[in-house]
Amino acid sequence: MNQPLLQVENLVKNFELRANSGIRKTKRIVQAVSDVSFSLDKGQTLGIVGESGSGKTTVGRCILQLLDITSGTISFEGKNLGGLSFEEMRQIRRKMQIVFQDPFASLDPKMTVGSSIAEPLVVQGVAGNHEEKVASLLELVGLAVDHAKRFPHEFSGGQRQRVGIARALALDPALIVLDEPVSALDVSIQAGVVNLFGDLQKRLGMSYVFIAHDLSVVRHIADRVAVMYLGKIVEIGDKKSIYEHPTHPYTKALLSAVPVPNPTTERSRSRIMLEGDVPSPVNPPSGCRFRTRCWKATELCASSEPQLVVRPTGQLSACHFPE
Amino acid sequence: MMSELVLSIRDLRVTFDTPLGPLEAVRGVDLDVRAGEMVGVVGESGSGKSVTFLAAMGLLPHQAKVSGSVMINGQEMLGASNKVLRNMRGGLMSMIFQDPLSALNPVHRIGDQIVEMLKAHQPKMSDKDAAKRAVELLDIVGIPQAAERAHQYPHEFSGGMRQRVVIAIAIANNPKVLIADEPTTALDVTVQAQILEVIERVQKSFGTAVVLITHDLGVIARVADRVNVMYAGRNVEKGGVEALFDHPSHPYTRGLLASLPHEGIERLTPITGFPPNMLMPPPGCGFAPRCSHASDACLVSLPPLQTFGDLETACIRAEELVVKAGLS
Ligand SMILES: Nc1ncnc2c1ncn2[C@@H]1O[C@H](COP(=O)(O)OP(=O)(O)OP(=O)(O)O)[C@@H](O)[C@H]1O
Ligand SMILES: Nc1ncnc2c1ncn2[C@@H]1O[C@H](COP(=O)(O)OP(=O)(O)OP(=O)(O)O)[C@@H](O)[C@H]1O
Ligand code: SF4
Ligand code: SF4
Ligand SMILES: [Mg+2]
Ligand SMILES: [Mg+2]
Repeated sequence: MNQPLLQVENLVKNFELRANSGIRKTKRIVQAVSDVSFSLDKGQTLGIVGESGSGKTTVGRCILQLLDITSGTISFEGKNLGGLSFEEMRQIRRKMQIVFQDPFASLDPKMTVGSSIAEPLVVQGVAGNHEEKVASLLELVGLAVDHAKRFPHEFSGGQRQRVGIARALALDPALIVLDEPVSALDVSIQAGVVNLFGDLQKRLGMSYVFIAHDLSVVRHIADRVAVMYLGKIVEIGDKKSIYEHPTHPYTKALLSAVPVPNPTTERSRSRIMLEGDVPSPVNPPSGCRFRTRCWKATELCASSEPQLVVRPTGQLSACHFPE
Repeated sequence: MMSELVLSIRDLRVTFDTPLGPLEAVRGVDLDVRAGEMVGVVGESGSGKSVTFLAAMGLLPHQAKVSGSVMINGQEMLGASNKVLRNMRGGLMSMIFQDPLSALNPVHRIGDQIVEMLKAHQPKMSDKDAAKRAVELLDIVGIPQAAERAHQYPHEFSGGMRQRVVIAIAIANNPKVLIADEPTTALDVTVQAQILEVIERVQKSFGTAVVLITHDLGVIARVADRVNVMYAGRNVEKGGVEALFDHPSHPYTRGLLASLPHEGIERLTPITGFPPNMLMPPPGCGFAPRCSHASDACLVSLPPLQTFGDLETACIRAEELVVKAGLS
């Protein structure tokens, strides 16, 4: 059997919040990610969806070792990233890259776009002609070679995001974490960047972790989808099972809340209306974390935490009363 | 029978004086809102959606040159006195924004902020009545335990609850028009659904006309009666929501709808290029640099809105294009 490119097991990430309330110093703990496991095969895309604060970005940053994990293991190409030497880590870091939501904030305004793209090559001490490499990267992401000499402010949002992608591609990564990479872009521009991700994957065979709010974009791009709620994966599986046969009430509600761009269908369909907002991750509800907003919740849901279980349609979901 | 016009914008133009020269943000917009209807406004970022309605509210900074006409409930607002404008804002017409925190005063209890809005327009209202009405309004927008929560401060509310509070303040004086500028963009989709429901409830139960500005065509499809599509400072297409989604006539509207992901397609269809720099807008149709149907005639002058079947469209080739599409 092939080993997955990326394997995340029982990942936990807590943040300590130090709040000064009067003279008493209180220490509170945010459980941003609690016990998350998944794997990702070569050339595949895992979509991560879920509401704000559910821990999507934190998972991404943990994978890239941009955050120290609280517990659990992350393995890349079969190696546990926890026990690597500095040199081994440096080698692996090249193979994992991240692209952020905000194409404006992620580029240095004082650097030409060419130098921004070449920066990872310089930092990693890669030998060879950087100029040629930059030119081929620009072409790869659909920009012109002479764009290298220009500065970020001369680019539109969609173009800047392409620059960010070119930079992420500079070291030929095997994995790219895409954290809301098209959320800041207009719909008409989004489509081109989404196509670019697909084309690059076909050509270069890298894997993506694609984090997004927009469920329709994830449906388009992902092979598998993980739905997160308050730091936990509540459902994970093939895109088709998740979108066509959601078994967790939260997945169902989330899909149902997305308005579809067709007035006739949109006005005739019934939708599940969730009450309230997501509770604080400092003090998550006992048992099932979704129970304060779940229309099916019973006492069992408050006393016992549901585990991820395989459902007849193939995916895993964590619910005592699945759909 | 068509209901009365509560907001009527004619040939609105807004130019900002910037260090790089004049920026033509709005270039001749015509837009009507009738009593009780829900009008959706959609368009590319920077197309002038916010500026159009900020101009109508008299909320633009001084370096903005505004011309044209904005009639609210039959009264001209462009060039009106500060007193007239103050009475209009929050009285005849209110506006809410993407970030509810910016609209709330962090150091005042939310009940008091509603009372303040009530008394600004109804000075004779007693403190007691105003406080009672404030709680009623919080209840209307779906804040549980409204009487207790009226004593709390904005930071004690979640993002979705804050947007409800902002809506309560905006509708306090029963305005004829509520302008909602991306009211759900910063919210999660399950909370967005709740806020849209509140806005629809306000529209239906009080007959408040709503202008909903959004990037999200799904939101438009869900709530709007009529739609205005904006591009490069112009209204490029308008019409009933069913007609506009069923047979859009302007190449930009078509491109926008075609660029959405939908089931069963391998590749998305983007609109190539990007919107014009409004410091140097192209001559003629603003969409021409991205339009695959552009011809020399498109570059001559700004295409006006013209009736085209059950839509109005600002494309000089709309008719030909439909014929072509029908033949192919
Ligand atoms: N550096 C930090 N210090 C303290 N808390 C943090 C930190 N980073 C994230 N958190 C908290 O961890 C939780 C998860 O945050 P995260 O950014 O991973 O969520 P997300 O799913 O990416 O949300 P969004 O959709 O808003 O980007 C949140 O409650 C957040 O406030
Ligand atoms: N105060 C200002 N000074 C100078 N230019 C401005 C000002 N406010 C807006 N603009 C410019 O006017 C144009 C229209 O802006 P507007 O905010 O109306 O766009 P929008 O359609 O609301 O976009 P978005 O969808 O991003 O909110 C833009 O080019 C913008 O940069
Ligand atoms: S375990 Fe209970 S509360 Fe949680 S999703 Fe299932 S039914 Fe709802
Ligand atoms: S007027 Fe010309 S350029 Fe503009 S949308 Fe119509 S065909 Fe395209
Ligand atoms: Mg995030
Ligand atoms: Mg705006």
